[in-house]
Amino acid sequence: MATFKDFRNNVKPNWCPGCGDFSVQAAIQRAAANVGLEPHQLAVISGIGCSGRISGYIHSYGFHGIHGRALPIAQGVKMANRDLTVIAAGGDGDGFAIGMGHTIHAIRRNIDITYIVMDNQIYGLTKGQTSPRSDVGFKTKSTPQGSVEPALSIMEMALSAGATFVAQSFSSDLKELTHLIEEGIKHKGFSLINVFSPCVTYNKVNTYDWFKENLVNLSTIEGYDPSDRDIAMQTLMKHKGLVTGLIYQNKEQKSYQDLIHGYSETPLAHADLQLSKEKFDELISEFM
Amino acid sequence: MISQLSWKVGGQQGEGIESTGEIFSIALNRLGYYLYGYRHFSSRIKGGHTNNKIRVSTTQVRSIADDLDILVAFDQESIDFNFHELRDGGIVIADSKFNPTIPEGSNVTLYAVPFTDIATNLGTSLMKNMVAVGASSAVLDLDIGVYQEVVEEIFGRKGQQVVEKNMEAIRAGAQFMKEQLGDSIQTMKLEKADGKKRMYMIGNDAIALGALAGGARFMAAYPITPASEIMEYLIKKLPALGGAVIQTEDEIAACTMAIGANYAGVRTLTASAGPGLSLMMEAIGLAGITETPVVIVDTQRGGPSTGLPTKQEQSDLMAIIYGTHGEIPKIVMAPSTVQEAFYDMVEAFNLAEEYQCPVIVLSDLQLSLGKQTVEPLEYDKIEIRRGKLVKGELPQLENKGYFKRYEVTEDGISPRVLPGMPNGIHHVTGVEHDETGKPSEVAANRKTQMDKRLRKLKHVRFNTPVHKNVKHEEADLLIIGFNSTRGAIEEAIGRLELDGLKVNHAHIRLIHPFPTEEVSPLVQSAKKVVVVEHNATGQLANLLKMNVGHADKIYSVLKYDGNPFLPHEVHTKCKELFQ
Repeated sequence: MATFKDFRNNVKPNWCPGCGDFSVQAAIQRAAANVGLEPHQLAVISGIGCSGRISGYIHSYGFHGIHGRALPIAQGVKMANRDLTVIAAGGDGDGFAIGMGHTIHAIRRNIDITYIVMDNQIYGLTKGQTSPRSDVGFKTKSTPQGSVEPALSIMEMALSAGATFVAQSFSSDLKELTHLIEEGIKHKGFSLINVFSPCVTYNKVNTYDWFKENLVNLSTIEGYDPSDRDIAMQTLMKHKGLVTGLIYQNKEQKSYQDLIHGYSETPLAHADLQLSKEKFDELISEFM
Repeated sequence: MISQLSWKVGGQQGEGIESTGEIFSIALNRLGYYLYGYRHFSSRIKGGHTNNKIRVSTTQVRSIADDLDILVAFDQESIDFNFHELRDGGIVIADSKFNPTIPEGSNVTLYAVPFTDIATNLGTSLMKNMVAVGASSAVLDLDIGVYQEVVEEIFGRKGQQVVEKNMEAIRAGAQFMKEQLGDSIQTMKLEKADGKKRMYMIGNDAIALGALAGGARFMAAYPITPASEIMEYLIKKLPALGGAVIQTEDEIAACTMAIGANYAGVRTLTASAGPGLSLMMEAIGLAGITETPVVIVDTQRGGPSTGLPTKQEQSDLMAIIYGTHGEIPKIVMAPSTVQEAFYDMVEAFNLAEEYQCPVIVLSDLQLSLGKQTVEPLEYDKIEIRRGKLVKGELPQLENKGYFKRYEVTEDGISPRVLPGMPNGIHHVTGVEHDETGKPSEVAANRKTQMDKRLRKLKHVRFNTPVHKNVKHEEADLLIIGFNSTRGAIEEAIGRLELDGLKVNHAHIRLIHPFPTEEVSPLVQSAKKVVVVEHNATGQLANLLKMNVGHADKIYSVLKYDGNPFLPHEVHTKCKELFQ
């Protein structure tokens, strides 16, 4: 059986020392091993940005695509081979700005993949511009007077879009993050895990200390029930989205693959490509 | 007796004009006639003039006719809009309900037939199109019995009574018309056809069927005119083969999802028109640099922007070849008939996997939506080739090394493994990378990998890169075209030869990499070269000049008003060059 070490490769990340993404990398490696995967059974599909490099830092199949499009690529991979475990990963700019259309539709489509967003509320690789997750008043190179656009309430948005698994975590809490990724992988449908992953270089406001002060762990809220969508929404609104833990899970809803008519139960990638003569003749006759 | 005629039905969109043409043409197809049908329609669902022009012949036809023998009109607008197409001696069959009139002094006969009244008396005015079918059939002196089977297929599930009522409507229309025609019934009597069974389909049907035969089991696409029929067909057929179609949120998702699925080992396509292709350009570049096979169909329509969404044009050529930023290996094919569209789709999937690059199959609105008779497609010609796809067990990787997915080879093509395979782990990235897929900015590596990728296209093996009709060693004229202009060009050549000119024809089927070796000798041996194409800037002509030279003798015949070339237009324009 593979251990988390088997998911390490010999590539040195080009992230800044102290970057929150290191923990996400470690959590994916641990979670993959904990759910019993072998490296070749996992495909990590990532977007563009500092965090997008993550698919190259895990010893598994990896596809580093184009900006904002990790999700459609990942969904294509899963549709082609339903036996693969597919993790999509990227930053908040990737998923909630350029790729927002895909995020919402991947949520409602509910294909069985796990999407991990490394949310640092800033554009890092382009050296410090505002993100859709930046707070009002946040000063960046592109908002020198402070951002006037409100930050997207991403967890509420996911619930509204019909998400069946919504979780949020923090880079400093490797144990919880690993657990949530495991649960996301096991979830039969689309799982969204937003991770507060501080940028130590360009975000001097939302720092590790800031999150420690402001985040509320759902385990501290008595009687919190992640199967209740109403409570999930209310709790998110009450705490301005600054909660961690499993926010909502619908275990009843079937995944896209299990709902669509006729879809092969074995990986399509293994299908016989040759049409039988009989099938061919049948198709031809319909045009006569 | 005549061997060929042209028939058109016109009316308001949403009024059943489509079904009139459908039933009429399916019946003629079953009798063994060769047909070519082209619809004029607008970007709306109800209202607005629409028409369906069908050419009937005892030999293969691939172009709209220059003129019209019979016009069936459901409203006065249809007469006013189409009257100029009628030849001397042509006829108009119109619903008497709207008191039809035709311009005075023309040598055209008007027959007012109570389409609506006859249908209403039989039960419902909806059957007026059946009355029109019957009336048309009487002119051609067709045996009405041929409709029984067709009507049963269409209305059978609504019950025998509905079938019988519709047959009655056809018979009543025919009977009424026969009485009107009297002695002139013989003038448009059609020669008997050979009665052979042939397929009758639009290009998009053939593209979709070709994808199935070529092993496609997944499609990701966003609806657009004139491409949607491709996804609609596959939505009906793929589930029975275990496959699926996803209607994505946009064309970017469609293309990237198709890339993801191909990367993971399923032959996957997407299909769109110019606006969608513009959105896919970045993704096509990704497929190029990651050497991921993907098949993309572009059914060209009038551009730019929304342009003429329901009209014919061939103006995506340069964008398709050069639209992607950076430089990638890419194959662009352009079938010119429905048969070719079928076989080319099979081949597109083979080439995509063999050369591990995006393959774009260009169509145009006329080819995609024009309906034509197709000689039987041959099962034995379908061949699946997967190139350097690695099957079987791989040797163990030492020290977490990566599989050399981008190994530098003589032909530039590297072994390809699919995710899920033990010992095949490697990285894939749109960033420049080394042989294992790891990002690399090293100058020497950059050059090596660029050269490796582009080297793949040095020897693309494509069975017929140019469709040639070369009768003359030295020609007065060489006509060049691509996609659906083939029929109009072929007919024009027949007339130019009668004028005494020696004319050769080259229809380009492999647009990129350009088949210079095939085309060059033909250009050299012609006094003049005319490139016929549906755009305003002569894109194929420019491509020809770039690859073959001889700019001084290359002329353009262009049409970009949204309507397909008619044979006489090509004939006249070419003839002018020699006066």
